[in-house]
Amino acid sequence: MLTIRIQREDFDPAKEAEALTHGRTDVGALVTFTGLCRSEAGALCALELEHYPGMAEMELERIAQEARARWPVDGIVVLHRYGKIEPGERIVFVAVSGGHRGEAFHAAEYIMDFLKTSAPFWKREHHVDGSAGGWVEAKDADDTAAERWKRK
Amino acid sequence: MKAIYFAWVRERIGKPEEEIAPPAHVVTVGDLLSWLKGKGEEYEYAFENAQVIRVAMDKKHVRHDAKIEGAREIAFFPPMTGG
Repeated sequence: MLTIRIQREDFDPAKEAEALTHGRTDVGALVTFTGLCRSEAGALCALELEHYPGMAEMELERIAQEARARWPVDGIVVLHRYGKIEPGERIVFVAVSGGHRGEAFHAAEYIMDFLKTSAPFWKREHHVDGSAGGWVEAKDADDTAAERWKRK
Repeated sequence: MKAIYFAWVRERIGKPEEEIAPPAHVVTVGDLLSWLKGKGEEYEYAFENAQVIRVAMDKKHVRHDAKIEGAREIAFFPPMTGG
């Protein structure tokens, strides 16, 4: 099972995760990751997420398929929101189910690392003082995180 | 072909998309970036640091040495910051 969704609305992590294990007796591991909007010590009032419709879905699916080709995992859910998101709100969700924890952990981390560096989303900051903040800059640490999977 | 711009590339150029018709000597993505830079100061500004610009052809990532022949849609954007 592979579920990819890009949506403006919030989602329910428990419900999404439940869909991977409901009625199953062969799933031994379920790993979930939820990414939230930080306030950056109170300076940020919102993040605005822009995406490339069509390509964003394709990239998330490609990344999820690569993870599945690499580790023997069962179900994968990848959700990403766009639009204005306030501190404390959910932005992204990844869930991976499988027989054992090792492959589920690896696949979930792999998906997040490549989502950050190759899925076409961009964040812009809105500041509490009303000033329009800038576009968030890509971090070298994210490239390094994605890069390490290539050496294996 | 259709050119699409995202995030600060879109803001600097001042439009989300447009039809472009590059001349025959524009063969690669890199050539196209150079040609676009010559279209006006807003393009010059958007692509002043051309090596950081990411490019997708028909919704797939490509490198700057990729050939643009046959592409229907070319998107230009900054490094991605989702997640």
